[in-house]
Amino acid sequence: MRPVAVIGIGKTAFGAFPDRDLRSLAVEAGLKCLEDAHVKPSQVEAFYLGNFAGPSFVGQNHLAPYIAGAMDITGVPCTRFEAACASSGSAFFHAVSAVGAGLYDVVLVGGVEKMTSQPTPKVTEILAGAGDMCGEGRAGATFPALFAMIARRHMYQYGTTREMLAAVAVKNHANGAKNPQAHMRKVITMEQALGGKPIADPLTVYDCSLISDGAAAVLLVPLERATEFTDKPVRVLGIAQTSDQVALDQKEDITTFKAVKEAAQRAYKMAGVTANDIQFAEVHGCFTIAEIVASEDLGFVKKGEGGPYALQGCTALNGPRPINTSGGLKSKGHPVGATGVAQICDVVAQIRGEAGERQLQRHSIGLAQNLGGSGATAVVTILGAAA
Amino acid sequence: MSGTIYTETLIYAAPEQFVNDAPYQLAIVTLEDGRRLTARIAEKSGGRVQIGDKVELAEYRDGIPFFRKV
Repeated sequence: MRPVAVIGIGKTAFGAFPDRDLRSLAVEAGLKCLEDAHVKPSQVEAFYLGNFAGPSFVGQNHLAPYIAGAMDITGVPCTRFEAACASSGSAFFHAVSAVGAGLYDVVLVGGVEKMTSQPTPKVTEILAGAGDMCGEGRAGATFPALFAMIARRHMYQYGTTREMLAAVAVKNHANGAKNPQAHMRKVITMEQALGGKPIADPLTVYDCSLISDGAAAVLLVPLERATEFTDKPVRVLGIAQTSDQVALDQKEDITTFKAVKEAAQRAYKMAGVTANDIQFAEVHGCFTIAEIVASEDLGFVKKGEGGPYALQGCTALNGPRPINTSGGLKSKGHPVGATGVAQICDVVAQIRGEAGERQLQRHSIGLAQNLGGSGATAVVTILGAAA
Repeated sequence: MSGTIYTETLIYAAPEQFVNDAPYQLAIVTLEDGRRLTARIAEKSGGRVQIGDKVELAEYRDGIPFFRKV
């Protein structure tokens, strides 16, 4: 496979935008990305779009050509990818594969979700459809409930505490407060995080990611052509997408995501690095427990040590391995179909040195981890400065 | 049908069709043959459950298995 580079990024702010429709969000991110990459719509050879549930949330199907056409991108393959909350991570994986294989040179990858036009119980029901609707979903499981059951088991097996979960929320809100594009720019205290309204015990509202509207986009070219467009290309060093059973009750050990572990090992191997080489990461913290499990599955710490790692501040902006400097899904927001590509944008911004107040000192190699459902799809990407 | 509670949660924020049931307890039960099943807990007849509790099938309601503490 030939090396692939990210040469452009573009994101909308994440939030609740009652006067914005799905297409306008996706188009805003796409055009920002094209401008950043110095690429004209007519140069784009394929459009890959991640979107979880546009048809359910806003009643619109056939989304990829619908959005591409509004950007004056026509005549080329335009395809939507659905893999629950890993929809745009999956779109990105397949776009990298196509550019790497030599099918195309200039490819736009987008992700979008418009969630806030539905009331919360309806959103909860639509999201539950990413689980097994003949089993757990039929019995009344919600996504917070599935991750609450993971948290309960993690607490039981490893002694993880409510304080450790809350520490993840406090840290992510501190980061998000410094991110001008974050949905909830609000610092919270440990007391607040521990006293939140219960959602699915032991998870409270402060353990759960936000229901957001938003879009993100990145532009890919083969590395050999990157300098035609930009003087700050970022290379895709390693990437893998893996899968597992959809139903949580079909997984042998629910305190780990097997698909994430496998994707990480494959991506590390492809990049020729180990977990120790990763300086910072954007991980899929849809719930506080998910960030703790991710730090274990990615090999940053041993199994069961993710809770103390967070509580001790190791993942904070000034810690040894910052996680979710964007504020993560908790504070930046989680328009589910946009999240995977937004994570790539956030890692690329750090590598380019464009993260503003959140800019890290060590920023030459970063990782993005995107999770679908309760671990049935995983995408792990390792990005590094190309020069 | 009986088994052991592998994990559980108490759901406060329910999906649209179960809003009137909330809060309700949901669990993954490890059955005697090792298979796992997601089920509701019949709290009225047996109370709430914790990891490790022994449970048995109380009834099916609309196709949903309800287990209760033994």
